Amino acid sequence: MKAKHQRLVLALVALFALIGAGLLAASALRDEAAYFYAPADVRAKGVEEGKAIRLGGMVVKGSLKRAADGVTLHFDVTDGKATVPAVFKGIAPDLFKEGSGVVAEGAFDGAGTFVATNLLAKHDERYMPRELEGLQYNETTHEMKAGQ
Amino acid sequence: MHRFANPARFLKIARPLTAWLFWPGLILLLAGAGCGLLVTPADYLQGETVRILYIHVPAAWLGMAGWTGIAISALMQLIWRHPLAAVAGRAIAVPGALFTAICLVTGSIWGRPTWGTWWEWDGRMTSMLVLFFLYLGYIALANASARQDQGGVSPVTAIFGLVGAVNIPIINRSVVWWNSLHQGPSITLRGSSIDLSLLWPLGFTLTGFSLLFGAIVLMRMRTILARNKVEARMQRLARG
Repeated sequence: MKAKHQRLVLALVALFALIGAGLLAASALRDEAAYFYAPADVRAKGVEEGKAIRLGGMVVKGSLKRAADGVTLHFDVTDGKATVPAVFKGIAPDLFKEGSGVVAEGAFDGAGTFVATNLLAKHDERYMPRELEGLQYNETTHEMKAGQ
Repeated sequence: MHRFANPARFLKIARPLTAWLFWPGLILLLAGAGCGLLVTPADYLQGETVRILYIHVPAAWLGMAGWTGIAISALMQLIWRHPLAAVAGRAIAVPGALFTAICLVTGSIWGRPTWGTWWEWDGRMTSMLVLFFLYLGYIALANASARQDQGGVSPVTAIFGLVGAVNIPIINRSVVWWNSLHQGPSITLRGSSIDLSLLWPLGFTLTGFSLLFGAIVLMRMRTILARNKVEARMQRLARG
């Protein structure tokens, strides 16, 4: 075996070991590195009352209500599998609206309502001009079709 | 590839190629940035803010492509002992770090009006910041023994470049593996979820920045080779 081939084999073995180690580390991190809990995670694992977490999901259409004081927002967060009621007092980001993504920082109270101290708006990977708004987006073909 | 092991032969091609990459790159970049600012429509959700995409995405791509280049040149240096591979690794590091920084800064500026935050420790942002620190580490390690390496990088630095490449697939998959504030990939093998009317200037800036990156790397390689030549001549004079 020539020295060059020896180095090639050595480098390939090292590379495979490295990629394996990286993948193992990433899969071990899978839950720990999640940026937020989805409502289904909350239901499956349970989050203790008062523990500071982030809750992420979509704001349920028709659930957003502004309380009489004008700054308290009540809304439901869903990931399609579970829904959690949430409340936030303060100024929400511009992109925060019904049917749109949200990441809320806060904790659950005794009644199972998520009390948010901060709201972050999360948008999806779609970009399009205003004229196309309201068109239906097909997740698999990435095509826009006129909605009903 | 060993045909280009001779610096004179490499320079004969690199010199005209630099200009061929630089000027078309600059023109494409300016055209893309101009069209992205003035011609394309605003996004339905984000409004005018979306235009930062035309800088942010190419910067992210080149930050990651740069490290991939470092890893490939490290392999060529360690296995085939190609004399120019080490020089290429050093030449890529600084522009790679620069584009990673541009990506982080434009992302932060973009995040404030859309997400409502300058910085969050989610998977995508954190792994991209790690890439920036990897670049700084690589540059520091390469500079630690710059004189003995004749403008290239030491084998230890090359191994560091290989190990750091683990981060590249992690950055790419970070928004798929983990819940993150950053949205999922817009452009995949199946197509693009960016409407064509917003997408086309991105092709311009992406190609433009990439050509410019290539030109910068060639310029830096030529500088290193020229410096080696000066160094050798000085030594000969000192001995003479």
